[in-house]
Amino acid sequence: MKPIYMDNNATTRVAPEVVQEMMPYFSDLYGNPSSMHAFGGNVGAKLKAAREHVATLLGALPEEILFTSCGTESDSTAIHAAIRAHPEKKHIITTRVEHPAVKNLGEHLAKNGYRVTFVPVDRQGRLDLDYLYKKLSDDTAIVSVMWANNETGTIFPVEEIAKTVRERGIVFHTDAVQAVGKIPIDMADSAIDMLSISGHKLHAPKGIGVLYIRKGTKFAPFLMGGHQEGGRRAGTENSASIIGMGRAAQLVMEYMDDENTRVRALRDKLETELLKRVPNSMVNGDPENRLPNTTSIAFEFIEGEGILLLMDQFGICASSGSACTSGSLEPSHVLRAMGVPFTAAHGSIRYSLSIYNTEEEIDFVIDKMPPIIERLRQMSPFWQKGQKAS
Amino acid sequence: MWDYTEKTKEHFLNPRNVGFIDDFDGIGEVGSLSCGDALKLTFKLGDDERIADAKFQTFGCASAIASSSALTEMIKGMTLQEAAKVTNDDIADYLGGLPKEKMHCSVMGRDAMEKAIAHYRGEAEKKIEGEIVCECFGVSDVQIERAVRENGLTSIEDVTDYVKAGGGCENCHDKIQFIIDTVLGNTPRAAKKPEALTNIQKIKMIDATLEREIKPALNQDGGDIELVDVDGNRVMVKLRGTCASCSKSQITLKHYVETKLKELVSQDLVVEEV
Repeated sequence: MKPIYMDNNATTRVAPEVVQEMMPYFSDLYGNPSSMHAFGGNVGAKLKAAREHVATLLGALPEEILFTSCGTESDSTAIHAAIRAHPEKKHIITTRVEHPAVKNLGEHLAKNGYRVTFVPVDRQGRLDLDYLYKKLSDDTAIVSVMWANNETGTIFPVEEIAKTVRERGIVFHTDAVQAVGKIPIDMADSAIDMLSISGHKLHAPKGIGVLYIRKGTKFAPFLMGGHQEGGRRAGTENSASIIGMGRAAQLVMEYMDDENTRVRALRDKLETELLKRVPNSMVNGDPENRLPNTTSIAFEFIEGEGILLLMDQFGICASSGSACTSGSLEPSHVLRAMGVPFTAAHGSIRYSLSIYNTEEEIDFVIDKMPPIIERLRQMSPFWQKGQKAS
Repeated sequence: MWDYTEKTKEHFLNPRNVGFIDDFDGIGEVGSLSCGDALKLTFKLGDDERIADAKFQTFGCASAIASSSALTEMIKGMTLQEAAKVTNDDIADYLGGLPKEKMHCSVMGRDAMEKAIAHYRGEAEKKIEGEIVCECFGVSDVQIERAVRENGLTSIEDVTDYVKAGGGCENCHDKIQFIIDTVLGNTPRAAKKPEALTNIQKIKMIDATLEREIKPALNQDGGDIELVDVDGNRVMVKLRGTCASCSKSQITLKHYVETKLKELVSQDLVVEEV
């Protein structure tokens, strides 16, 4: 069965062009880019080109691009760099809806001598900016706010926040893992100091990430050792993946239009039709400021894991904010922070599309979902009650 | 993805006995929407005093639905004495085992059975025995102790997997550890013996405890607390942020804030919201 893949905020298909570009560097062209001989040096030249492609995607300078192993490493590197650059500052600001890469690091630092402010969001998932600005102080080492939320697709006004944060002389970092490649980003005209990217969210392979570090930003390396990456991240380069990342950066620039027109229209169709066909369903998140590929829909009175497993019977891949799928007992921290009621949080499904999705697939999902929801609701002791209530 | 057995998957995809018996002899309801799973079990006895029919309605994950289906299949044909002896392990075994994190689904089946039998026998709804330890999921010390004893549990994570206690805000982890230690015969950590405090000491300690122990936990949920005054053993506080509008704030105040202050400052303290 060919999967109908609508879980692109979890990971994406590696673009065939990217695979093709990478292959020689797994076999014949295995040289070390740092070597003096041309065999290695040629790989080095290819890495340089990849760095330029990523820089172009971001409107950045090549020397502002640092290759890492993943989005999590980029986030950790950025936050640790900021707190080590300002050891006297003991306050960090982030949000209640960050990816665990930032959220759990924040909670860890909170237990290790830092005051950490987690900025709340409203019912639509929009940040309380006044709260954030009020918490800025001379003791604040870094503000880290994600560009777009992975669960709901809600886009945060990071450019605006970065400007205010810069006026206070505080470092601003954004986890832009879900945003890069989906919405235009231009670092040349921005107050953002550091920005994280994950390769596998934009059709590059897993195991490659990027940290953009604005020229002049105080930095301390996370991994120490060799001189690679200008001494900012030691360790022999993951050549093939960096080259793949470079190619993916070129591709997503080409795809950006398609993503924001055709993919957005597919997402809108999926969302509109599901809301129309399934009673007691609603969208989680800010419908205005949202990634073009994401919709999180809450189906009341049922549990997400059952929905996903029944979808899996048809090869439809998506994610759930439910407790049962996460291994913990609480539904997603993002939906909880938004105050999504339990009746809906447990039954929330996230569909995240990519340029590889087709209208045919959307129609198939629109067709298959209502009976799946109905079937589980027929089993649910709360369904009759819920039906009457609305 | 969970590692479910074929039988669990099969019972999830083709659940037996879904529904509600209108003229039931016994009914048992456990769980709630906020807990993430719930089960409503009804049964009907035959002339031979054996369970002639059993039906379930379940809100929950695949293993909760499979456990409910398994339970109804198992108890059909049993006398109530026999059905009362079905344990959560029996339900899990019937399905060829459940992932450890999902054992609470089988516990839910057993609890519903117990309640349905009690209902049939006209026993008053059994009050939850003991004292609630886990506020998030409403689990008592007696339930935790039973789970630890019957299933040989040794860690807080085990307890969470079986009865969910400790899976939410995690504030009860110390108490759960205490129960585990007691059952396992380990010497529990000696409780702090409060000594007579001067007023100044007391206020300082209350303030420090609020800052260090309580505020960070409330902050995580977007709430906050402020110490207004201390009068003898009355601690007057104000809840802020999301706590102020949260319907559970009284529980927060009484059980969480007061418990912490009693534990860390003085047993005699009473917390009031002003």
